[in-house]
Amino acid sequence: MSKKPPSTKNAPNYAYDARRATINARLDGGEQLALYRVMVRIRRFEERCLRAYQQGKIGGFLHLYIGQESLAAGCCSVMDRKTDHIITAYRDHGHAIGVGMSMNELMAENFGKYTGCSKGKGGSMHYFDPTRNFWGGHGIVGGQIPLGLGLAYALKYRGIKGACMAFMGDGAVNQGAVHESYNLAALWDLPVVFIIENNGYSMGTSQERSSAGPSLAQRAEGYGMNWDIADNGHDVYEVRDKVDRALRLARDESKPSILEIRTYRYRGHSVADPDSTYREKAEIEEYKRTKDPIMALQNSLVVERVLTDELIKKIDAAARAEAETSALFAEQSPFPTPEDIKKDVYWEVDNPADRKSVGSLFFD
Amino acid sequence: MPVITYREALRHAMAEELDRDPNVVIMGEEIGQFHGAYKVTEGLLAKYGPKRIVDTPISEAAFIGLGVGASMLGLRPVIELMFFSFYSVAFDQIFNNAANMRYMSGGLVHCPLVIRGPANGGTNVGATHSHTPESIAAYHPGIKVVVPSTPADAKGLLKSAIRDNDPVMFMENTILYGETGEVPDGEHLVPLGLARVIREGTHLSIIGHGRAIQMAVKAAAILEEKHNIRAEVVDLRSIRPLDEETVLASVRKTNRVLLVEEAKPFCSVSAMLACIIQEKAFDHLDAPIRRVTSVDSPAIYSPPLEKIQLPSVDRIRAAALETLK
Repeated sequence: MSKKPPSTKNAPNYAYDARRATINARLDGGEQLALYRVMVRIRRFEERCLRAYQQGKIGGFLHLYIGQESLAAGCCSVMDRKTDHIITAYRDHGHAIGVGMSMNELMAENFGKYTGCSKGKGGSMHYFDPTRNFWGGHGIVGGQIPLGLGLAYALKYRGIKGACMAFMGDGAVNQGAVHESYNLAALWDLPVVFIIENNGYSMGTSQERSSAGPSLAQRAEGYGMNWDIADNGHDVYEVRDKVDRALRLARDESKPSILEIRTYRYRGHSVADPDSTYREKAEIEEYKRTKDPIMALQNSLVVERVLTDELIKKIDAAARAEAETSALFAEQSPFPTPEDIKKDVYWEVDNPADRKSVGSLFFD
Repeated sequence: MPVITYREALRHAMAEELDRDPNVVIMGEEIGQFHGAYKVTEGLLAKYGPKRIVDTPISEAAFIGLGVGASMLGLRPVIELMFFSFYSVAFDQIFNNAANMRYMSGGLVHCPLVIRGPANGGTNVGATHSHTPESIAAYHPGIKVVVPSTPADAKGLLKSAIRDNDPVMFMENTILYGETGEVPDGEHLVPLGLARVIREGTHLSIIGHGRAIQMAVKAAAILEEKHNIRAEVVDLRSIRPLDEETVLASVRKTNRVLLVEEAKPFCSVSAMLACIIQEKAFDHLDAPIRRVTSVDSPAIYSPPLEKIQLPSVDRIRAAALETLK
């Protein structure tokens, strides 16, 4: 049924082999294993999150990234950790682990605990770690894109040779603020890479029912901006190669671009969704069977003799144990106190010695 | 002390902060080459160049969001809204992103940016361009709201706002842009959250902000001259933070209160003030708290009717007399 968008610039090029791209050809076994390990850790973390959610330990929404792990792992692996920045929407667990945040602080955040990365004030959708250049974790579809533009703007203004990866889902592309951001990025040559994680469905609405035009990335042409599509988003090598090209364009030439990465999520938009009204189970099973990103990398690493059955089990067991430990840590951590409700609202209130204003800031 | 306009005072504040801090960048529609729709930024582009003075396309959501993002990485964007009314186009960026960023990140991030521009009626531009959203902005914890009514305050408050580490919404007034007053040269800071007793009095307290409080000053002169009534006039200057102490001290002194503002009456700043006063100074009140606001309807275009819809010196005078009955 699905009307697949027309082929992209790269798709007809059957000679293209992402594994042989410069950024991937130089990977040693240890680096390949690190990529694999991150993807396994994201999945095991989220599976543990799902159990905690079903046990009532996690409130609100839980937007799982399962099936999309190659995107966050691939993109974060090519970041320059000092000068590149990253911002994303609410499906943010993969990116947080990708930049190196610990499962403990993430799970604790999901549990609403004070030891969470945002002290239990943000929840699953609002992870932050500025020390790792990770600027959230944002709840409103497309609302983070102007912020990513601003991060890129600040880099350019301050003469820092870095770039910002601004992630969004395929549902965000129809928000006005996203288009305004495309225009400003192109108009001012800002070093930003707009990354569309296209999993085919904006919540329960398929791309063909929501987005006009031949492809989501091609809308860049209206703004005279570069664009590309990673058709095989399950292939972490392809993700790395395409993102690396876009990042270099941003860093070296201060040119923005849109990169659409085709992917698939196995779970509902959020765990609370029925996930049975808009797609067939067979579609999910087919993707899992043929394009699971972890299996894809695992199979190639086994062929390359980087992975062995024994190592696969070891990495998996370690990831499960790490996730289990994080749940225990979250469980045993304290909740924020009632006093914490009014902290972290105003910088001035949190830094009373440096307060310049006077008067009341709260009214209860 | 030099006498300059409210408009020039704002410009001086921005120029001084541009000189002082290389991270300050001024941004907005028509602010550079066009010299500003209301000429507030006139001459800044020539002096500071296009890196510091940035003309934007008409994309409020994108350039305000950009300002929020840039502030997270250490810039201090000062963003002009040609009319403050256009804030609603960027509501999500201001009130979901700027206001909540610090909170949702558990204090890891803060957003030192200023959004400034005229928020007033009275110029026959109709409902879409005449919003006075002080209470809507101040409703959001994380946001600060400032409303200067004199040239000196325009300068002193804007300089403080630019140095503030929290997001500040700075609401000016096109009708006040041409008003003149004494303004100190060079460093002049008015702290946010400090009200000013413009005129001392004993019979009642007229409390408010913006152009309405300047009308109250004129009404107070008439009350004294024609009715032998000495009204105290308190200019809030800042809505959040709010100087409750100065307000309550005045109420305890005069025991009668008239609140004035240009905004609509429902859920407004004066409604909040009335709540605070009855809660904290109930025993000092000798009469019900009265209010003068705009007539509760979208801003009307028809010039003579708009005058009637908005607060006026005469309405304030009449309401003061009612309060003293």
